Amino acid sequence: MTEEVNIIDKVTQQEYKYGFTTDIEMDTAPKGLSEDIVRFISAKKKEPEWMLEWRLKAYRHWLKLEEPHWQNFSYPKLNYQDIIFYAAPKEKIKLDSLDQVDPELLKTFEKLGISLTEQKRLTGVAVDAVFDSVSIATTFKEQLKEKGVIFCAISEAVHEHPELIKKYLGSVVPYTDNYFAALNAAVFSDGSFVYIPKGVRCPMELSTYFRINAENTGQFERTLIVADDASYVSYLEGCTAPMRDENQLHAAVVELVAHEKSEIKYSTVQNWYPGDKEGKGGIYNFVTKRGSCEGAYSKISWTQVETGSAITWKYPSCILKGDHSVGEFFSVAVTNNYQVADTGTKMIHIGKNSKSRVVSKGISAGHAHNSYRGLVKVNKNAENSRNHTQCDSMLIGNRSGAHTFPYIEINNKSSQVEHEASTSKIGEDQIFYCNQRGIGTEEAIGLIVNGFCKEVLNQLPMEFAVEAQKLLAVSLEGSVG
Amino acid sequence: MLSIKNLKAEIEGKNILNGINLEVKAGEVHAIMGPNGAGKSTLSSVLAGRTEYQVTDGSVSYFGKNLLEMSPEDRAREGVFLAFQYPVEIPGVSTVNFLRTAVNEKRKYLGLEPMEATDFLKMMREKMELVEMDKSLTSRSLNEGFSGGEKKRNEVFQMAMLEPKLTILDETDSGLDIDALRLVSNGVNKLRNKDNAFIVITHYQRLLDYIVPDFVHVLYKGRIVKSGDKELAKELEVKGYDWIKQEVEAAQ
Repeated sequence: MTEEVNIIDKVTQQEYKYGFTTDIEMDTAPKGLSEDIVRFISAKKKEPEWMLEWRLKAYRHWLKLEEPHWQNFSYPKLNYQDIIFYAAPKEKIKLDSLDQVDPELLKTFEKLGISLTEQKRLTGVAVDAVFDSVSIATTFKEQLKEKGVIFCAISEAVHEHPELIKKYLGSVVPYTDNYFAALNAAVFSDGSFVYIPKGVRCPMELSTYFRINAENTGQFERTLIVADDASYVSYLEGCTAPMRDENQLHAAVVELVAHEKSEIKYSTVQNWYPGDKEGKGGIYNFVTKRGSCEGAYSKISWTQVETGSAITWKYPSCILKGDHSVGEFFSVAVTNNYQVADTGTKMIHIGKNSKSRVVSKGISAGHAHNSYRGLVKVNKNAENSRNHTQCDSMLIGNRSGAHTFPYIEINNKSSQVEHEASTSKIGEDQIFYCNQRGIGTEEAIGLIVNGFCKEVLNQLPMEFAVEAQKLLAVSLEGSVG
Repeated sequence: MLSIKNLKAEIEGKNILNGINLEVKAGEVHAIMGPNGAGKSTLSSVLAGRTEYQVTDGSVSYFGKNLLEMSPEDRAREGVFLAFQYPVEIPGVSTVNFLRTAVNEKRKYLGLEPMEATDFLKMMREKMELVEMDKSLTSRSLNEGFSGGEKKRNEVFQMAMLEPKLTILDETDSGLDIDALRLVSNGVNKLRNKDNAFIVITHYQRLLDYIVPDFVHVLYKGRIVKSGDKELAKELEVKGYDWIKQEVEAAQ
């Protein structure tokens, strides 16, 4: 019963509730992208020369690339000269404590249910809050430091831990990787950096909360998590944005490095503004997420609950280099109205006896289209490696679509790869059955959808599982009738 | 409690119910029998509020309220319970979770606070014992992989939990072996009291040996053509439905 927390009945009838804006004085870069802008951002961050050089290389590389349009949806060619690449709340003093944070900002995060005031937090979750282009505050820093855990804004890590940044930044997702990764490398402004030393089990959940606030702004955060030998960390990111009529670009890069016998569990509850019922506005969520299981017996586990964004386009992946390494991908993607999701994973088996597991649940309502796209690749030397993929789609109504694009490349005879897929529709019979027990149609859909996603939701840390369940119900409001 | 007057209903333009009249009072058990296609299941669907059926004439009053104007969920919250002939499966949703939602939705409708988890569990245990429900079933996904008998017992268990005023058992005996039939009937009998009423829809008299009705009605071509007491059911068991059909044709 304890895990049977039923929150559906508590879900109020509401639309996107994070759509407010914060009125705060901002320090912004001029619109558009050029070498000068890259230098401007680097200068704002008072970055060392090597960091600027890396950004410039990325920028010059980006100039040579074409915006990709191979995916299962179309989006207008983006005008990069119309986007503001840097926006930060005006803040002159260096923050030593939360008392110095603009109360307006603290209020914003309170409204989002993210308390940055440490003593107020009931759960042991350390939070890094990123507002537009900068990290506002990181909680529980001291307690983490005692264990040797580094959890800070990536811009801070550039100054404080340059050896780690130089070693790992771009090591999993090089700036040459793809169009948006190159763009991110050139203009990323902030994000989180985590380092767990050898043998340490991070004593609390780490979490970053991203908020886009300013108009015409893109958010380009960069997250880097390194787990040294035999360490463990569980990390969660959440995100929201105000309701705006124009589309906003979010092009993040997340890199995970797992050394021998270490484990990284990365969970996302993505709730960017999805646009209105007619499909106007919303975030373009074009993100590159990849983890490398460098050492033997290492493990990386991705869990994502994607309910927001006008377009979600990402494939959190695992490169299973270490022998006996394990990659997991658990995903729920909900699309309603005119939302689009083209998401899935890549599992690249290089090490012997490496294992991967994929569980993907796509839910599509309204006019939305939901695609699973996944690659399982087994290299020649990855003997006895195994993959199991399960891809389930659920349709609500008659105008939505579900698509599956599995790619499998096997170069090794001793490996075993399984793929299962199913598509179902929420039946009138199921809804009527719930109705007849006194459960209204909206609640019934919430219940049925949560049941459908249970396997994935069970992977989330408890507090976030509750949040995610609520979110699923809210995202599908008005999807029938 | 329930007053059905001249109820007519159709599906896709086809008349199924052609003027049903039925009065049900608290404490009564009414059996509705009849050959296949007589409109038995349509009657239960219309009472529960399935939208595929259009009511074309007549009225249904439930505790003085117009039942036909209420949404299916409000009918349920007002105490109308339909034990389905074919209970649906809902993967990933446990019976416990499902019932907790249902119970609390009803409480919300009645202006009550949600039930405390401990109280809810206590109630579950009591009702499970009452209807001899296997404990392991409640933590499994709702009806998923349940046998026919288990599904029907789960219906009776849900009925026990929701404490309805009017219960419609729609061919609850179909697909049950004799042991399951006895278990299900025992459950129903334990829940019978002077304040609630039952409409038992069945094709066979067998069920009525266990759930003894106060009244038996024969439904034929969308009309109640004969009413009587439990002896009528026994007569039907022996003679079949043909003599009733002939009576009806002759009268016309």
